[in-house]
Amino acid sequence: MSRVVRLILLVVLAVLAAAAGWAGFAPIHAETREQAFDIPRGTWARRRAGDLVEILPDHIRLTLGIKDVLLIRNHDEVPQTFGPTIMMPGQSFRLPFERAASYQFVCSAHASGQLTIEVEPEPVLPWAKIHWRVREWWEKQKK
Amino acid sequence: MAAQAAEPPAQSQLKAGTLTPVMPAPELKLDGSDGKPLSLANYRGKVVLLAFGFSNCGEVCPVTLFTLASARKKLGDEAAGVQVVYVTVDPQRDDAAQMRKFLGSFDATFVGGVGTMAQIEAAEKSYGISVSRKVYADGSYTIGHSSSIYIIDRGGGLRAVMPYGHPVDDFVHDLKILLRG
Repeated sequence: MSRVVRLILLVVLAVLAAAAGWAGFAPIHAETREQAFDIPRGTWARRRAGDLVEILPDHIRLTLGIKDVLLIRNHDEVPQTFGPTIMMPGQSFRLPFERAASYQFVCSAHASGQLTIEVEPEPVLPWAKIHWRVREWWEKQKK
Repeated sequence: MAAQAAEPPAQSQLKAGTLTPVMPAPELKLDGSDGKPLSLANYRGKVVLLAFGFSNCGEVCPVTLFTLASARKKLGDEAAGVQVVYVTVDPQRDDAAQMRKFLGSFDATFVGGVGTMAQIEAAEKSYGISVSRKVYADGSYTIGHSSSIYIIDRGGGLRAVMPYGHPVDDFVHDLKILLRG
């Protein structure tokens, strides 16, 4: 192996190590701890017309300390039931979570009528932070 | 329904889920387990914790009522500013006397809401309560129901909703904010 190739490999390894070090040790920062979802105007009317419109995913993942507040805004013309409460037109429901667990909610904004919210513990260990960052990056690429 | 202030200052400090803008809590037209007509307007000036359940409930209701009774105990003198209202979802079996006996085993100040099936269904609808009845082979039945606790401020605004399962200290935390706010 030539000296140049060895040097390139060394640089690549150093960059990878630095990236892993950053991903594992740098604090995770989110602009807001709220994960927001909107129920658009006309949702009820579309459902009534037979359109199986999906507003919310049937599974939402939150992470304590980073993204641990669910915010649902009802822009529809009719009340919508989300899990523990009924939201009037124009009303928002902000639900903070402080415990990691799986929560099941009834939700009239969802075609199946059910919503699961998985609240994960805050990633503290380096490996957990790397895993969280990689997964977030991957999910952004899928959108 | 007229909206009150866009967002009261303490709203984001609450551990319960919060509604914005705050709107008046839907009124109840029921009979109270204390023998008087039950109306939320009777409790203006107090923070009302409103929940739905039934006296034959074996799992959720005892836990909820024990939690609310414990929160009142922890509040000490401030508990005088808190009223628990527990509306039955089982009007077939829960009359005023039954609810008084059931609720009294947790806290003598708790007031039950009873009425006809139509009255109860109207109350359930106005709060988005889901109720499902499971009938057994012997004809007996049990009822699955929404288990959140609605938190109504001293002005009658529906401020927040505490999902089932929150510890006593979360209630104490939020009640202190609402009682002092």
